[in-house]
Amino acid sequence: MVNETLTILSNESLARDVRMMRLACALVPEPGQFLQVSVPGGFLRRPFGVADYRDGVLSIIYKIVGKGTEYMSRMQPGQALDVLHYLGNGFRLQPGSKRVCLIGGSVGLAPLLYLARFVKDATVVMGFRSRADVMLREEFEALGCRVTVCTEDGSEGVKGFVTDALPEDMDYYYACGPMPMLRAVCNAAKVEGQLSLEARMGCGFGACVGCSIMTKDGTARVCKEGPVFSSDKLIW
Amino acid sequence: MVNLNTDIAGLHFENPVIPASGTFGFGEDFAPLWDLNRVGGIAVKGTTLEPRYGNPLPRIAECEGGMLNCVGLQNPGIEKVLSEKLPALRSVYKGVILLNISGFSEQEYLSCCEMASQSPDVDAIELNVSCPNVHGGGMAFGTDAKALGLLVAKLRPVCTKPLFVKLSPNVTDIVAVAKAAEEGGADGLVLINTLLGMRININTRKPILSNTTGGLSGDCIFPIALRMVYQVSNACSVPVIGCGGVSSGEQAVEMMMAGARAVQVGSASLRDPWACPRIAQEIADVCIKLKINSISDIWQKTL
Ligand SMILES: Cc1cc2nc3c(=O)[nH]c(=O)nc-3n(C[C@H](O)[C@H](O)[C@H](O)COP(=O)(O)OP(=O)(O)OC[C@H]3O[C@@H](n4cnc5c(N)ncnc54)[C@H](O)[C@@H]3O)c2cc1C
Ligand SMILES: Cc1cc2nc3c(=O)[nH]c(=O)nc-3n(C[C@H](O)[C@H](O)[C@H](O)COP(=O)(O)O)c2cc1C
Ligand code: FES
Repeated sequence: MVNETLTILSNESLARDVRMMRLACALVPEPGQFLQVSVPGGFLRRPFGVADYRDGVLSIIYKIVGKGTEYMSRMQPGQALDVLHYLGNGFRLQPGSKRVCLIGGSVGLAPLLYLARFVKDATVVMGFRSRADVMLREEFEALGCRVTVCTEDGSEGVKGFVTDALPEDMDYYYACGPMPMLRAVCNAAKVEGQLSLEARMGCGFGACVGCSIMTKDGTARVCKEGPVFSSDKLIW
Repeated sequence: MVNLNTDIAGLHFENPVIPASGTFGFGEDFAPLWDLNRVGGIAVKGTTLEPRYGNPLPRIAECEGGMLNCVGLQNPGIEKVLSEKLPALRSVYKGVILLNISGFSEQEYLSCCEMASQSPDVDAIELNVSCPNVHGGGMAFGTDAKALGLLVAKLRPVCTKPLFVKLSPNVTDIVAVAKAAEEGGADGLVLINTLLGMRININTRKPILSNTTGGLSGDCIFPIALRMVYQVSNACSVPVIGCGGVSSGEQAVEMMMAGARAVQVGSASLRDPWACPRIAQEIADVCIKLKINSISDIWQKTL
């Protein structure tokens, strides 16, 4: 773990209230890891998943939901962002699986985009509220993924939730999104997978146990033993 | 060179910076980042007789200049702490190890003190009578001067190590509780623990924390902690360790000017894991600027 100030290269809109920030960064992340961002006026750092990394450029994708992300959305190229990185365990690649599905809700797609660089021929099932929220379709397709879009109001793609569009023949999955979505995916899927969890964090590096959950292996910190957990270890 | 050494209740601290309980685990997450010997003491995670999972999530909320937590004393239980966690810490750390103990009954505190007294890896016991996040927990003792005095008097004879009592700020008269702990036989006082607070999510109209309320810490509590340290160090003769909202060397020096012999640093380490060694360095820098040769010159000059 290191503390660095990274220079912002770009900070652009991807969909309604969602931005992608690109940062110059020499350290290479593992897919599924995250960083803790310091924002002025915020006492705690904010966690964001690694959305992509290539040729010294680190990307994060964030939704504007509160004062920290609001501040970030107003930052300009050339400005510096104070980060702690990289944190968490990341996804463990499953070489045996052939028909892998990446399941993400809205900004939960962020860590799956970087993961898609490491998984061949994946199917992506993405869930959004409405058409104005749809994003990242072309980015996943450019990495060779088949993409199914779901919207809750049916304004684009399949009407419904990601669980309404899971491929029958998937033999493994990786999922990230809000907890109710993850629980529904875990219940609906007939195969095992890995889920990247969300929790309010005090530190992000294991010190405060503010993010500790109970798993079948005992207590686990979402920031340290997670954020990625195997579906068979979770207790819902 | 500024002399940062400080002696408290017969214990020698290389410098007056001590990571506060519950914000530092047992040091494992910090040891890879910096040499733990750069802090004079370490107050380890609050320990109870039995293992505890603590409260459900969410356990963390933020506020202007601070944070709230309702972790609820998650810990592996004192047996595992004494047999695994502290020997591991001791193998990399030569300074003062303070074992923070919590209990739900007098008997639990007694058992923990007895067990901790046998351990070569415990240099001092820090009695947590101030956790606001567990029902029927320590805070009942910490907010009732009489009950606290009796508890400390019961523990003092079984405790072969220096006994510090960590006070709760959730009282109207901090001096009365501090005096009760001193009369019960405490060798030193640590103040303050977190203040009881709350946040509500206005979209859901529900409290953010699973436990509804939580302990407030961070920058915003510094003036309260400072005031309490000042009042208690003027009223009591046992040494006082200051804690609450310290995130810089200047604040540490300010805390010592109020009477503290050392400072504990809590939430500051959560946003900046290098906060403790940085503050130790900053204290030396501030002393040079203020022409102070030894930190004992700071707290010895009462306001
Ligand atoms: C491991 C992990 C990875 C994440 N990755 C992403 C990502 O790639 N893209 C993205 O848009 N969001 C992500 N989130 C959620 C993101 O951290 C929050 O949306 C963000 O912290 C909100 O900050 P704010 O200041 O705008 O909101 P405020 O509501 O003003 O924040 C107040 C406090 O609550 C915390 N908080 C609020 N909402 C959340 C939340 N949903 N999860 C955790 N903490 C929260 C903040 O960190 C802050 O401490 C991730 C969360 C975790 C735990
Ligand atoms: C996440 C968290 C966990 C804590 N756990 C304990 C604990 O187990 N025992 C204890 O005595 N104090 C505990 N505290 C209180 C701190 O040790 C300290 O007294 C308080 O946070 C005020 O200091 P600060 O403002 O520097 O954080 C905890 C605080 C936080 C933020
Ligand atoms: S957020 Fe502090 S331990 Fe995970």
